[in-house]
Order: sequence, then C-alpha cells, then structure tokens
Amino acid sequence: MDLFEHEAKELFAEYGVPVQPGKVAYTAEEARDIAAEFAAAGHPLVVIKAQVKAGGRGKAGGVKLADGPDEAYVKASAILGMDIKGHTVHKVLVAEAYDIDQEYYLSFLVDRAGRQFMSICSVQGGVEIEEVAHTSPEAVARVGIDPLTGVDRAKAAEIIAAGKLPAEAAEGATELATRLWAVFTDEDATLVEVNPLALTTDGRVVALDGKVSLDDNAAFRQEHERFADPSATDPIEAKAKEKHLNYVKLEGQVGIIGNGAGLVMSTLDVVAYAGEEFGGVRPANFLDIGGGASAEVMANGLEIVLSDPSVRSVFVNVFGGITSCDAVANGIVSAIGLLNERGEAVSRPIVVRLDGNNAAEGRRILTEANIPVVEQVATMDDAARRAAELASLASTGA
Amino acid sequence: MAIFLTSESRIIIQGITGSEGRKHGARMIAAGTKVVGGTNPRKAGQAVDLGGTTVPVFGTVAEAMAETGADVSVVFVPEQGTKAAVIEAVDAAIGLCIVITEGIPVHDSAEFWAYASDRANVTRIVGPNCPGVASPGKSNAGIIPADITTEGRIGLVSKSGTLTYQMMYELRDIGFSTAVGIGGDPIIGTTHIDCLAAFEADEETDAIVMIGEIGGDAEERAAAFIEANVTKPVVAYVAGFTAPEGKTMGHAGAIISGSAGTAQAKKEALEKVGVKVGRTPSGTAGLVRELMRG
Repeated sequence: MDLFEHEAKELFAEYGVPVQPGKVAYTAEEARDIAAEFAAAGHPLVVIKAQVKAGGRGKAGGVKLADGPDEAYVKASAILGMDIKGHTVHKVLVAEAYDIDQEYYLSFLVDRAGRQFMSICSVQGGVEIEEVAHTSPEAVARVGIDPLTGVDRAKAAEIIAAGKLPAEAAEGATELATRLWAVFTDEDATLVEVNPLALTTDGRVVALDGKVSLDDNAAFRQEHERFADPSATDPIEAKAKEKHLNYVKLEGQVGIIGNGAGLVMSTLDVVAYAGEEFGGVRPANFLDIGGGASAEVMANGLEIVLSDPSVRSVFVNVFGGITSCDAVANGIVSAIGLLNERGEAVSRPIVVRLDGNNAAEGRRILTEANIPVVEQVATMDDAARRAAELASLASTGA
Repeated sequence: MAIFLTSESRIIIQGITGSEGRKHGARMIAAGTKVVGGTNPRKAGQAVDLGGTTVPVFGTVAEAMAETGADVSVVFVPEQGTKAAVIEAVDAAIGLCIVITEGIPVHDSAEFWAYASDRANVTRIVGPNCPGVASPGKSNAGIIPADITTEGRIGLVSKSGTLTYQMMYELRDIGFSTAVGIGGDPIIGTTHIDCLAAFEADEETDAIVMIGEIGGDAEERAAAFIEANVTKPVVAYVAGFTAPEGKTMGHAGAIISGSAGTAQAKKEALEKVGVKVGRTPSGTAGLVRELMRG
C-alpha cells in the first residue's frame, strides 16, 4: 500500500523525522482557514500541495506557494479537482513554507538483486532520482544494508557521506536517516523516500516530501488499515476484497478468471494478443481464484467479474493441478446455478478452458450440464481467441 | 542426478501437523517421496498419519535430522512463524529448506536470507511463496502435483506456480529432470541463476525452460548469466505484458514501477543472448518440443 504524502509525513513525525508543520484541506475554505492559523502564528507563507499518489506533482502545477489565507484560498481552488496523471486531486496539504538552501535525496528500499536492503543517497535532490542517476551517476550513492545489523548511527553517517552531502548538513541528515530507518523497519515498509531532503537557510535538515510503501504481507502485525483509502479504490475492487478475492480492475472488455497469479497474468497477455485481431478488445480484469476453485469461490468470482458493465465476455482459464478439473467443472455449474438463484441470471458468454488433472471428466460435466452461455475450448490460446471474438461481436451488436 | 532433490532425499515437514502439512505430506509420499518425519514443538513425540504412512513428530529440526537423517525440510508453518522456522532449519544446517508459505513480510525474508548467508549458505533456501521442487519419478518436495508430468530431461525454473504446472503438463510426453518453483516474492532464496547453473552442471538435463514474470530484473541478470555460462539450450516465457504500472498482480514481486521490470525489457534481454522466448505458454512448449526433437 502506498501512502499519501501527508500520511507519510504523519508517520515520519511519529518517529521524530523532522517535517514542516501542515494540515490537510479538502476544500479551498479549509485551506484558507489553515493558512490563517499559520499567519496568526507568524508564518503567512505556506505551500499548497496536491495529495495524489503520483510523481511529478510540481511539474503538473499541483504545488504552489501562497502568501496569506486569501492567496491560499485561490491556489487551493486551482489545485483541488486537478487531474495529475489520471489521479483527481481531492485534498491538499497546507504546510508552513521554509526557506530552502539546498535539496538532497535519501531513501531506504528493498534491494531485490542483492537480497538485502539498500539506501540511495544523493546531494542532488528535488528532481527525479532516476534522472540524476542517468545524467550524473557519480552523484547517486547506493549503499547496501545488512538486514541483520540495520542502520545505526555509524551506518547512517556512512550513507550520508557516500551521498556527498556537505558538512553543514551531515549531522542533521545522519540523525534523520537513523529515524527514517526506524520507520522503514518498524512499519514493515518496502520503500521510504525523502525527496527533497532539505537544508533550510537556518541550518535545519527537514523531510520536505515523503513517499512510503507499506508491505501488505505485514498486515497481521501492523496497523496499516488506518491508511486504507476507500475513495481511491475502485468499487468492484473493494467488493472483491470483501470476498477475499484477488481482483484488479483493468480497462478492457474480456472478463478473466483463472487460478494462480502467473497463469492469470499470462491469460491477460494471451487475451490481449488475441484481441488485436478483434478490434483491440482487451482483458477487463485480473482475478486469481487460487488453488481451490470451489463452487462458492467460482460463484463469487463470476459475480464480481460480471458486475463490471464493460465486460462483454468471460474467459475462465483453469489448470487443474492439485484440484482436479471435475471439481472445477462442478464449481462452474453450481456457480451459474447460484447466480441464477441470486436473481443475477448470467447472459454474457463464458468461454471455459479446462486442462490438467482429470480434464476429460471436467469437460464431460460441463458438456452434460448444457448451459447455453458456456462454451468450452480445448486450449488456452484458442479459448482466448474465442473470448476476444465474442467480446468484439457483443460490442458491435452483431 | 536431477538437481537439489534426488531419490535419496530424506524429507521432513516443518508444520507437519497442520492441515496443509498433512495434506501435502500425504501427496508427497504417494509420489514416492521419502518423507521421514516433521516438526511441531508443541506435539513432539507424537506421530502423524500421512495417507496411511505414520511418521514421527519432533520438537526441532535438529532433533528430526539426528533421528531420521533428514537432509531436506519443507516449510508449511504459517506466515507469523515462518521466519523462526527457517532460521531454525538454518541453525540445524539442513542442506535444503523449501519455503512454501505465502504472504511472508519481505523484512522477514530479507532476515532469514541474511541469516543463511552469514552461515555460508550451508542451507539452500527455495522460496518463500513457492510451489517447491519436483524431480519426477524420484522425489517431490512441496505442492507441485506429481501426476501431471513424467521423468525426462528438461530442467524447469519458474517464478509462477500454475505456469510451472501448465508447462510440465504440456511437455509431459518429453518429461522433466527437475522443476524448481522459485517463487515470485521480492526477496527469494534460490534464483533463476542458481537453477541455471545447477541445470548446466546436471548430466540428466539436456535443455532448460525458464519462466519469468514482471518485476525486478532477475530475468535480465539471468540473461547475462546465460550468455557467459550456459551452453545448454534455454527457452523462456515471460508473463505480464499487459500488466499496468503500479498494480500488484497477485505476487508481491509482480509489480512494475517506473520503467524497470517490464515484460518487454525481459524478453529483449533474453532474446539478445540467443534465448528463444515464447509468446504464450503453449507457444513456449512448442519451442521446447522443436528443440528436443531437433
């Protein structure tokens, strides 16, 4: 789960990582009121920052300085409702503006290749680190971190030195790095990034921005639910989550149900290839129903996929490994029965491909059930073609 | 020989008394695997019935090894206790530890991998979140269905479980020396490269199939390794061409961030070093078939 900047900074503050004081506003009026509080405290200059989970907010015009409450109102009005890389701005962070002397970069992340953790640190911050790595690779330090020993003060100093931060920032940055490491480990984060890490004109080192990704696998020992953002979640995805289904909404027309993440990902690809011949129809979703594929799980899966109005055909792609195909076939038959009982008669075509253990018996069960909307195709490639074709026929009204 | 797992392998199951441990323990035995016991510290001294075969339950991996001569452990312990279970296996210096459990926090995987590395990797870790290792006709350690394929001379290494099964089934007439499901998590023990090196050295393997998916750069690094070190033919498949940036597709590791980790980049890196890359799983199986019939 990725956090909004303001959530990342709230987390930083809990761990003593210095951040600017700030509050979240959902309306321009709220932004004005917050700016008025800062003005009353002697800090009329504020920065208004769009809160979206996307990079490049500054370039898109989503970050503005405002001098006083009235200007904060105007700037917040302009930013709220903006679209930044497909994300609508629903809230802004209104924070006290600091006088910045220099901008650096600091992050902790998972080093997949090294099977350890890593810190990236650079004296050149405030721009995308990928860009710095491209234009001046010598300015980007990558320091491996042993997960068993972590980042103590000495290690933090090593990181800051490797990033070539100047002497006047080294002390503050080292202290900040040790606290940021605590965020990374104690919160089970997979990424904590501060860009820019700023040196203010009065000599303080502060996290001006914050990006945090939390490990969903650690939910059992963390309180990450407090950061869940229902407004950002697709309604069908939310419903799928309630039913413990692994569903991701996509933009196409062919609903996909399969077992196993790799097989389903592969199914999306094969459907997209097949769709090229049929007017560019594409997969409408990712849905992995896992190994079991019981009737109930299959029914829930079908219900979720069919609740997407852009779905014009469904491709059920199951490989019978541990679960044999006769059980899967029975699951499909009862699922359609269950949906009919629930009053959600299935009318869109369903292409089924069963392969693997006991496939012949599974196919026989489906054939005998004689369900008009169900069509069986023997191979994954041919079934994908058929599902794409049916989706394109439905979309042209043929 | 096969790799990692042979007919001589003696296997224990960590978490043998749980429903997954019992179910798959029975399946492993049915496939001819030597399952010699298991562990559960709260049920030490008891015995557990695995589909008609009774095996002893020990308190620790070290005890189980001492009593049974086990050299492989398969971990089904739930995610809250997986890290401790793997560290226990490493402390006991068992040769191979296959971690089936899914949903393990990446900080835990990073720790147990570092712990094993500090001890000279005496224990080879496979996984986590993987289907296991199968040497058809010899031994089956994990949850790979044993009856979907046959013994043969193809080596398979894969990030994905069901794509592994699909490939083993499509090529069941040719058969496999060993199939290794390495898992798709961000941090895994045994990598594509480890398996490529082992298959290259294995006299019973003639060709290698490698299945990858989006995320990270393991496939790109494997391509560089193949160019420098692998003389046997390699055929590959990569899943996730249509996956959008920033969305997790089931596997915690299968996520594209920025320009890194795309399926296209992986395919190009592999093709550049002469690896044939199939467009679909069946297409990939077709390439292997052509190769083996040469």
